[in-house]
Amino acid sequence: MKTMSANAKTASLAALVAVAMVGLGFAAVPLYNLFCRVTGFGGTTQRYDPVAAAETPKILSDTISVRFDANVSPKLPWKFYPEHPTDTVSIGARDMAIFIAENQSPHEVVGTASFNVTPDAAGKYFTKIQCFCFTQQTLRPGEQIRMPVLFFVDPKIKDDPDARDIQEITLSYTFHPVDGGKKAS
Amino acid sequence: MTDIAATAPAHGAEHSHAHAHDHDHDTPGFFVRWFMSTNHKDIGTLYLIFAIIAGIVGGAISGMMRLELAEPGIQYLTGWAQWLDPAATEVQGKHMWNVLITAHGLIMVFFMVMPAMIGGFGNWFVPLMIGAPDMAFPRMNNVSFWLTAVAFVMLVGSSFVPGGSGHGAGTGWTVYAPLSTSGSAGPAVDMAIFSLHLAGAASILGAINFITTIFNMRAPGMTLHKMPLFVWSVLVTAFLLLLALPVLAAAITMLLTDRNFGTTFYDATGGGDPVLYQHLFWFFGHPEVYIMILPGFGIVSQIISTFSKKPVFGYLGMAYAMVAIGVVGFIVWAHHMFTVGMSVNLKMYFTAATMVIAVPTGIKIFSWIATMWGGSLSFKTPMVWALGFIFMFTVGGVTGVVLANGGVDTNLHDTYYVVAHFHYVLSLGAVFSLFAGFYYWFPKMSGRMYNEFLGQLHFWVFFIGVNVMFFPQHFLGQQGMPRRYPDYAEAYAYWHHISSLGYVIMAVGMLFFFVNVIYSLFAGKQAADNPWGEGATTLEWTLSSPPPFHQFNELPRIA
Repeated sequence: MKTMSANAKTASLAALVAVAMVGLGFAAVPLYNLFCRVTGFGGTTQRYDPVAAAETPKILSDTISVRFDANVSPKLPWKFYPEHPTDTVSIGARDMAIFIAENQSPHEVVGTASFNVTPDAAGKYFTKIQCFCFTQQTLRPGEQIRMPVLFFVDPKIKDDPDARDIQEITLSYTFHPVDGGKKAS
Repeated sequence: MTDIAATAPAHGAEHSHAHAHDHDHDTPGFFVRWFMSTNHKDIGTLYLIFAIIAGIVGGAISGMMRLELAEPGIQYLTGWAQWLDPAATEVQGKHMWNVLITAHGLIMVFFMVMPAMIGGFGNWFVPLMIGAPDMAFPRMNNVSFWLTAVAFVMLVGSSFVPGGSGHGAGTGWTVYAPLSTSGSAGPAVDMAIFSLHLAGAASILGAINFITTIFNMRAPGMTLHKMPLFVWSVLVTAFLLLLALPVLAAAITMLLTDRNFGTTFYDATGGGDPVLYQHLFWFFGHPEVYIMILPGFGIVSQIISTFSKKPVFGYLGMAYAMVAIGVVGFIVWAHHMFTVGMSVNLKMYFTAATMVIAVPTGIKIFSWIATMWGGSLSFKTPMVWALGFIFMFTVGGVTGVVLANGGVDTNLHDTYYVVAHFHYVLSLGAVFSLFAGFYYWFPKMSGRMYNEFLGQLHFWVFFIGVNVMFFPQHFLGQQGMPRRYPDYAEAYAYWHHISSLGYVIMAVGMLFFFVNVIYSLFAGKQAADNPWGEGATTLEWTLSSPPPFHQFNELPRIA
């Protein structure tokens, strides 16, 4: 029976590896999320962290143009548009944009927005202080709301060889319907 | 199969590899022997029969696809869709196309190549080559086989239930979200995913079994560095299975919860990302292509050495080249998804890492050539198949280096160029090595010689057929013909027609194979213990043909 126990040991080690790989497969979800936040992958924007950014960002004399793009899923009976389609801001300076959503259906509807910026390389430097991303918005029939986005473009963008030539950033939102009002990350 | 005379030498007192079940040396009755089998050779035979049946199904499906593609327009699909659903219209007909490509891919990968390579030849010859009496866990081996069989039934069954715009799972073998989540309502895709779960579990159990067998049950003196290269190839493959398949299981489990339980892992509206699925899938999918080809490398190494009457050139280099291919295979996956919007730096990394794989692969190709160099060559059927393998795999490898370039791939992604590439390495590479191994070991497995003339005829007709079929697909791809489309512009008609003619030639070649197998099983010449002469030096040739029901009760000693 000596061989059997050696076999059992090898097999259990191998099984452990398989189980660990299943775990790693699921761990990919939070890891991928973290990876996107850290690298701005695919135009993932940054969240303003008042602790980490204790020093106020320097405001540069360079300006950058920011365009605002608003989309609605065909399944959502809303009108959704930015108050001003474009804005020119100094790099490092805070700016506010207003998006307006209006429920055109006779029912109460819940929606939530996904977002990103293009070009992708700008995602790392587009920092949002306040926004309505991923919070559920409930609109009564015919109700209209104004949603502010407070953001600034991090001056470090000028130090990144891949991003320093960017003249224009597009901030895009898409509103999706929420089934049963529970779906949110 | 012919009857296997059970030889029952008395248990040696020093028989240290005793198993709980190993005391009955009588051949069991038909039902117990084939349906409750714990014998590695019988399970190997079952796997080979299973793979041949699955290969016929998958091959017939590719015949349907080539028939539809023979001319522009939709000719047959609606009629075929009406088999599954009498009320089908052209919309369901086009869905039928997606079902066909999905079934062809999944069947050939999971139910033909993998069972034949690992389950079939691996089960049969790994214990024989290392001088072991059986696999480490014979009952687990049985579980693996029947899980695979049930998975296959599950996949075929999915064709008969609704799957979105028609009957069956029409997601492609990659099962990408969101097509496989919000895009395919109905139980068909759930069944296909569950089938993958079962097949994956079976392969993981098999991998654990092989790793344990190879590490713990080698005969005295059989060190790792003396193991035949086929055993090395199965060992590396088992590790790839163990590391890659669980990730697939996790990825498709998340597909299931996205489909049925309202999670949003791959759904942007809830903060998920469909690209995450692609990353997870290809983290499994790229090692998977090496899982399919590495045992083929092992088989070809044994055959080239046998028919050159020389030990393989650069044995250690060959073994560690396979290890290197396995390791590097895990860090190149995103070259399958160059067009998802990666940064230039990421593309540069994945391009360079992919090209690195050409180095160990080149070592193998050149070592096979060097093995033949100055050898006493005989061009028996297994050898011509092995040479065909080297030729086809090299062609497919060269187009692989082309596709590895992120910039070039932007143009060729999802075109027939990619289809031609992976059929050259798999449909022609892996399948040629399977036929090579089948002819090489047929005398050992059945105790009868195959017919040499029919074997040669099979090779030449098949070789011409598959080249006529797949080489023009390079041209189609470069002209921009996208893959996974049932219809195309007039401009592509010429080469599609040639390609479909190639299928017919290939199918004629397969007839010679089936005639040969049936003829040889019943009327083939009795095979000697070692029909290949002094070149065949591995342990399976020291046994009778076919081998006894239980072998190596006296463990061989390797000098």
